[in-house]
Amino acid sequence: MSSATAVGTPSSLGLPRWAATAGAAVVFAAAYLVFRDTATLPHSREAAAPFLAVTELREWIDDNRNDNPLFLYFLNYIRLFVGGLFDAFHTVLYALGWPGITGVMGALGWLAGGRWIAALAVGGVSAFGLLGLWESSVDTLALVAVAVLLSLAVGIPLGVWAGLSGRVRRALTPVLDVMQIMPTFAYLAPLALFFHIGAPAGAIATMIYAIPPAIRITALAVSGVSPTAVEASASLGATGRQTLFKVYLPLARSTMALAVNQTIMMALSMVVIANLISAPGLGGDIIRGLSRAQVGIMLPAGVAVVIMAVMLDRMTMALARRDAHATTSRLDLAGAGLLAVAGLALIPVLPRVWPENLAVNVVAQVNDAVRWAETNWYPVTTFIKDATTRVLLNPLESLLTSAPWWLVALAVLAAAWRVSGLRPALTALACLLAIALLGLWEHSMMTMSTVAVAVLATLAIGLLLGVAAARSPRFSAVQRPVLDAAQTMPAFVYLLPALALFGTTRFTAIFASVIFAVPPVVRLVEDGIRAVPATVVEAAASAGSTPRQLLWKVQLPMARRAILLAANQGIVMTLAMVVIGGLVGAGALGYDVVLGFSQRTDFGMGFVAGIATVLLGVMLDRITQGADRRSSPRKRKFT
Amino acid sequence: MGDSHSAAITVEGLWKIFGPKAQKVLDSEDRHLDPAALREKTGCTAAVRDVGFEVRPGEVFVVMGLSGSGKSTLVRCLTRLIEPSAGEIRIGDEDIGRASPTRLREIRRHQVSMVFQHFGLLPHRKVIDNVAYGLEIQGTPRAARHERAAEILTLVGLDGHADAYPEQLSGGMQQRVGLARALAVDPQVMLFDEPFSALDPLIRRDMQAEVIRLHREVGKTMVFITHDLSEALKLGERIAIMRAGSIVQLGTAEELVGAPADDYVADFVRDVPRSHVLTLRWLCRPPEPGESLDGPELPVSTVIKDAITASSASARPIRVVDGGELAGVVDRVDLLSFLSGQERPVRAGA
Repeated sequence: MSSATAVGTPSSLGLPRWAATAGAAVVFAAAYLVFRDTATLPHSREAAAPFLAVTELREWIDDNRNDNPLFLYFLNYIRLFVGGLFDAFHTVLYALGWPGITGVMGALGWLAGGRWIAALAVGGVSAFGLLGLWESSVDTLALVAVAVLLSLAVGIPLGVWAGLSGRVRRALTPVLDVMQIMPTFAYLAPLALFFHIGAPAGAIATMIYAIPPAIRITALAVSGVSPTAVEASASLGATGRQTLFKVYLPLARSTMALAVNQTIMMALSMVVIANLISAPGLGGDIIRGLSRAQVGIMLPAGVAVVIMAVMLDRMTMALARRDAHATTSRLDLAGAGLLAVAGLALIPVLPRVWPENLAVNVVAQVNDAVRWAETNWYPVTTFIKDATTRVLLNPLESLLTSAPWWLVALAVLAAAWRVSGLRPALTALACLLAIALLGLWEHSMMTMSTVAVAVLATLAIGLLLGVAAARSPRFSAVQRPVLDAAQTMPAFVYLLPALALFGTTRFTAIFASVIFAVPPVVRLVEDGIRAVPATVVEAAASAGSTPRQLLWKVQLPMARRAILLAANQGIVMTLAMVVIGGLVGAGALGYDVVLGFSQRTDFGMGFVAGIATVLLGVMLDRITQGADRRSSPRKRKFT
Repeated sequence: MGDSHSAAITVEGLWKIFGPKAQKVLDSEDRHLDPAALREKTGCTAAVRDVGFEVRPGEVFVVMGLSGSGKSTLVRCLTRLIEPSAGEIRIGDEDIGRASPTRLREIRRHQVSMVFQHFGLLPHRKVIDNVAYGLEIQGTPRAARHERAAEILTLVGLDGHADAYPEQLSGGMQQRVGLARALAVDPQVMLFDEPFSALDPLIRRDMQAEVIRLHREVGKTMVFITHDLSEALKLGERIAIMRAGSIVQLGTAEELVGAPADDYVADFVRDVPRSHVLTLRWLCRPPEPGESLDGPELPVSTVIKDAITASSASARPIRVVDGGELAGVVDRVDLLSFLSGQERPVRAGA
């Protein structure tokens, strides 16, 4: 044990730096061979006390929801308020009917970005009807509207405050950090506990997920306002309020539009998942399709979500990119007005709900196509799936589940200490021990091995594509729009192709998380390499470096920070997706969570599995984040 | 120099120490440590150290120093954009240090305005609305403030640019907007924080001329911060040279160039063409017995290079007069030996 803990401190005996790491690896391997299959913590569905305690708590809460003062005077009111807001939106949208919504959305699009965006909005709204998903789409739209409105109502003031005050920012940052690394699945069970299930709980879950970017980007926008402009305003005797409204907010406007955009995007990807706690909308169709492994049911709903995402994204981005001085021309105003009036005028004439005979039903065709792909591509997909499972996934999983728990804990401690320093290492260790106490050790280890394999693939592909894009502008120009599109899509959508190609297995989750996490990794790597100052590259080139030397000796080392950040992001995103993969056969923690929602007796296990997921996320984040944040001597700047 | 009530700005014992333990440092003897030692020992930085001066009404007072000498902090302390750690500041009859936030805002709105190095214009507002900003926050109605802003735009030579946005203007024109914004509120005192150092040399010369012209036309008291010695000499009636937070010398251009207080100032002014700055006051000597006193007559404030023409026109020594009385004489030998850099150090008459 003593030899194992010593590896954290760098060797001072004049050995090469890798010697300590290699030595530690040998010690761990030896310990594993000796202690294998002792002190393991196998999973048991009923035994663990925490599960039962939570299940009982839920029973108690369900019985007392209307007596207990905390619920009676506080939580229930929040629920009622959010529910009322949702009903209001819902009623208005239904009253508008499809002609009204089409007209109004088109008009908004026109005002935001001109006639092309208007055409996109009109086309997008019509597509919901064409896909035969009018009602679920409107439900989703209402839910997103409520969640975004609440997120902005809370997030923007908080963000402004954080942007103005460093103290508030420092207090908020760790909270937001945890909120962002928390896998989406983990929110749901506690929310169901406090807010019951249905639209209000779904809106609140969506809001929690969508609020961090609203706060963060607003704070960034406000703190990025030119200090000279602020000082000039103060020097002329402006009050704090005047400076806020006449200087800060107008100057932060376009960046804050980005905050709105990001909030909407996050809300859209969460709103689908919120269906697990019975929030209405498109999520229902997707989850139904997932649980029956029927791509035909999922696909139209998935397409509708993507269309909604693209539509709202382009509308808000147009707003953000608009020239600050441009005023809306009279022609644009007239066009937008005409569209809105036409839509509203047609409300009494046309049916409210999209006529069903105009909808295209593709369920059968899609299912056939998937079946065709399954049979014809079977050799290839099965080979990839089986090879990965046999070579990487199974050995890793059996290693982690058969090793004694204390050995795994020590390995985590050592690795985190080496990469991130002592404090993050202790946090990581605490998370791991908490997982053991919660009784979900084995499932957590299984999820961790799935995550590890997915991260490996994500980083390999991400680095390759990122470097390629950084070196070839042409490749980058082709890749950028693909990445943009990929990042607009809600997380759930990625399960679709994975499911179609690989059926319900662990590998499906890995595939989905790889395509989910690769785009941001590629982007971070590319930006990191591009951010290397041109003068340094020039200097290296003028010294006669080959392109390969330039990459290995200059660009990659200088982009180290960005690459580590990419790794960290990749891990957090992968974990989130692997857990969602519980819906398509990834098993382990994700499946526990899903089971918790469907089986009342397993609610406790699902709830605890959610907590374990968060702990796992924090642990993985701490293991990898330190390399990025470890203070370098240059960072200690004096102010 | 005059009693404190006639001064436009009076500063006494002003300190500004940045850092967590500023007050403690101020109360201890540590404050006399040199900057590096102070930072090492306490983690604090003394940006302004025991500075005192007076600015006369209508004067252009220049504070000159290299970057990090504390001059920008000093000018911000004058209206408490940066809160001073200790010391007295009076602007007119107003005790700035004890002014309430409301009173301070009133002073900033009506009495003192500032021009910034990076302009600090609001990019989302048209030029005219930038200029009218000070009036707007005072609550002046739109029509009135636009009328005033238009007048000021004419004054700074920006006619016809009222509806442009700042980013559409060149750097020099943007700073004219900054200047107009400061002028629009009709302050008694204008503070300039290195206003021209972000501009091209040619534009900078234009803008300096502009400030001189405006000073002549509107007659405001001006405090001008710069790191450029030639700018200081050109604009400043009196110049304070700052180093490491303290004023090392305060005087007219002549005094700085003719009698630098220490090696630091001497080093600064070494490349200044002395004949362009020093006046005949520095060169003239009592007439020797028998020397003819019927040569051309020049006032003592004549710059030496301008005396050369008169001297070449007449072989007789120049009579240097100070308000009608003879202050001394200067002949060709004096001038030539001065120009060749051999002149004896001469003290100005008190």
